[in-house]
Amino acid sequence: MAPDQPLKARYVILGNSAGAVGAIEALRALDHEGAILAISEEAYAPYSRPLIADFLAGTRTLTQILYRASDFYVKKGVVPVLDARVEKVDFEARQVWMADRSRFPQPIGFEKLLLAVGGAPFVPPMEGSDKKNIFTFTSLKDAVTIKTRVGDINKVLVIGGGLIGICVTEALVKLGKRVIIVELLDRVLNMNLDKASSEIYRKRLEGRGVTLITKDSVVKFLGRSSDDTKVGGALLKSGDKIDCDMVIVAIGVRPRLDLVKGTAVKINKGITVDRHMETSVPGVYACGDVAEAYDFVWDQNRLSPIWPNAYLGGRIAGNNMAGKVSEYPGSTGMTSFTYFDLPVVSAGMNMLPSEEVGRAGDVTDQECARYEVLMKSAKDNFYRKVIIKDGLIKGVIMIKDVTGAGILTDLMRDRVEVSKFREALMSEELGIAHLPQEMLPARLRGEH
Amino acid sequence: MGCGLCEVWCVVAHSKSKDIIKAFKEESPRPLPRIKVHRVKPTSFGLQCRFCDEPLCVAACLSGAMHYNEEGIAEHDASKCVGCGTCILFCPFGAIQVDRKNKHVVAKCDLCVEAGEPACVEHCPNRALYLEVVDEEETDEPKKEEA
Repeated sequence: MAPDQPLKARYVILGNSAGAVGAIEALRALDHEGAILAISEEAYAPYSRPLIADFLAGTRTLTQILYRASDFYVKKGVVPVLDARVEKVDFEARQVWMADRSRFPQPIGFEKLLLAVGGAPFVPPMEGSDKKNIFTFTSLKDAVTIKTRVGDINKVLVIGGGLIGICVTEALVKLGKRVIIVELLDRVLNMNLDKASSEIYRKRLEGRGVTLITKDSVVKFLGRSSDDTKVGGALLKSGDKIDCDMVIVAIGVRPRLDLVKGTAVKINKGITVDRHMETSVPGVYACGDVAEAYDFVWDQNRLSPIWPNAYLGGRIAGNNMAGKVSEYPGSTGMTSFTYFDLPVVSAGMNMLPSEEVGRAGDVTDQECARYEVLMKSAKDNFYRKVIIKDGLIKGVIMIKDVTGAGILTDLMRDRVEVSKFREALMSEELGIAHLPQEMLPARLRGEH
Repeated sequence: MGCGLCEVWCVVAHSKSKDIIKAFKEESPRPLPRIKVHRVKPTSFGLQCRFCDEPLCVAACLSGAMHYNEEGIAEHDASKCVGCGTCILFCPFGAIQVDRKNKHVVAKCDLCVEAGEPACVEHCPNRALYLEVVDEEETDEPKKEEA
């Protein structure tokens, strides 16, 4: 192709993570010829983002955390444009302009576009955050950088006790580091666990030598006495001081909206998509951490930045991009993890609205009466909680015994009235046979 | 009948020795059965992977262990599995088991692709389990075993 000829592809995908892979697999099952271009700032083949902690800990190599085989793009006939930043998207002319004009002097045209650009780590303003050895932990690049620096580090401060904070903490503990977690709220994993189950996790963390400080935050990073350009500690809002020689900021991620702000693509907290994963601009789709797609617990569009939703949304987008009308079943925040050898699953709500900080007063008695909570805790950290609203499952937490968790999330997704058999939901070693017998034939056939 | 022989032969089929005595007496860690007999009086049935058209386990998988093979069928690569359990959180049937003893991997039915006929089908004394190729248009009747 002559360099001055404008590039054009039938499908352009911005991103090369779970959403992009989902879309590519769907596209190629339907369209074997249409050119697919996958553009990403990342320089790697699609890798498993949740596994960067295993890479850091040294329990998995780079090859072992690849999400698909290393020849994925070749096999799928995709042209990857990696290590390249998009400057802007012209949604009217349907063109993508790359930042590096010496490499890409011409825009890249598209017929269908998928915005699978993900989220960016959120770092609030903190004094001294320009010091060395302060990192975020959301990409393989972050993990590689930390891995090269972590050798002579003894004590690490992790800011944020969410999933990212806990997974990096586990990796650092495996590497023999001392870790202090500072969490703004009253408990770790507050997106996933209620107070009682978070308490189980706190004990586990402390049992493994992790120091946990809640209801506090970092206001200022301090330098080392030997070298002020390197981080040596932090001053907390409470006035306490913490010594550390590395900091990981794991407060959360926010949708990367820079390419769509001020364009025709409608945004709320993320890019708003319909059940086909299509944005307000026809032929332009979005999925994953950047998208606000249908959430079946809250019955509205909502951010739910988890890996499975990205893949699923990408797959649905891919089907629709190739012309097969396909509907997103909806999702919600659903996570399963085994950090510090404690199996946990969590889906949907973890507390009642009236229990949420600052909301106690504005939830009416009438609203409270619509909820019912089933709860059971037993020895060896067994914990289960099911939140029911108007007879429908709205939240699940399971610790230790996570067998059959998907049966509960499926009832949740399908809005099945569960009041009549609610005790069955609390069965140990939960199986589909615990459901009422008259429901079984249809559910075993996957009929909804 | 709910005899559970399908579970036994599933273990044997996925053992190293493929020998029933060695698999149960000598092999450690012993593989988990990928079929599970559910007994709800008066019915009992063996449940294994339903081979969904749009498998949520593949979407759920964080590591890429659960993936589509060349024929587009969901397959599990245990060497890539980290045992996070996300597939279990998404499988509507509870057909995936966590194998915590076996390096934290999960066990999912593979229809005994290497052996030909699935071991559970071959050894079902009552012929309650059978393998049927279903047209895409037809509904996938569950393999069901009446007591």
